[in-house]
Amino acid sequence: MPTHLDNEQSIVAAAQAGDPAAFVRLLDQYSRHIYRLGLSITGNHQDAEDVLQEASLKAYRGLADFQGNSRFYTWLVRIAVNVALGKLRQRALWKESSLDEPREGEDGCFIPLEIESWGQDPEKACLNNELQQILAEVIQKLDPKSRTIFTLRDVEKFSLEETATLLGLSIPVIKTRLSRSRLKLREELTKYFGKDARNAMPTTRR
Amino acid sequence: MRCRQLVDKISEYIDGELDPELVRELEHHLEHCEDCRIVVDTTRKTVEIFCNAEPAALPGNVHELLSQTFTQMFRKGEPGLNKQ
Repeated sequence: MPTHLDNEQSIVAAAQAGDPAAFVRLLDQYSRHIYRLGLSITGNHQDAEDVLQEASLKAYRGLADFQGNSRFYTWLVRIAVNVALGKLRQRALWKESSLDEPREGEDGCFIPLEIESWGQDPEKACLNNELQQILAEVIQKLDPKSRTIFTLRDVEKFSLEETATLLGLSIPVIKTRLSRSRLKLREELTKYFGKDARNAMPTTRR
Repeated sequence: MRCRQLVDKISEYIDGELDPELVRELEHHLEHCEDCRIVVDTTRKTVEIFCNAEPAALPGNVHELLSQTFTQMFRKGEPGLNKQ
């Protein structure tokens, strides 16, 4: 979750009073996060762009409805998630249970295949933009519902309850999907960060 | 606790939401199973990496488009901020 702006309450109040610069300041602070959220959920840049654009417009037009009971960012995320889910529903992706079912044993457990420890500090093993590229790629290995849950819970740090409410799903469903998503992503990242996986690292430094 | 049962509990374990009795069983298993230690450790790192990652800069045209949209709206004085 991004950090608050200093004096965010007064900036929001100024935006609500009609100060365009104040609204733009709020957007500048949060637009990268909203774009990433849209990209994670929808899986493509065009939709992510639309999500940012439409959510910003809805926020602007509905600013008077923001009561200040939550962070402005939380309010903005709720709007963006609804826009992004609308895109998935249009593409009939939301109702599909899974595009990429997890491997399961006879007792329903996920079975890890990649068992290899990682280097000491995988985040420092590649440049920041390389890491962003890797994370954006691997999250798309999840089905749309799972990556939406994972993004809200583990990237945006919403609580289990908030995530369930936002998506209209039960907490047990959220927990099960989250668990499988984490294990699946762990496997995908092991291909990059496992001790013997250095050659798999994409590089922009040639 | 067996490896397969443990895998199913990792997510709740790293969130600190697992029943204390199960935590003891899980940690007892970890003492003797290197593979499970690796899976727990790398799952925890997976969550941390996503949690700590900064989002990339907006593609240049996206920022420009957004700025243009709002500049035009402000110029037109489109209503929407105050409802009174």
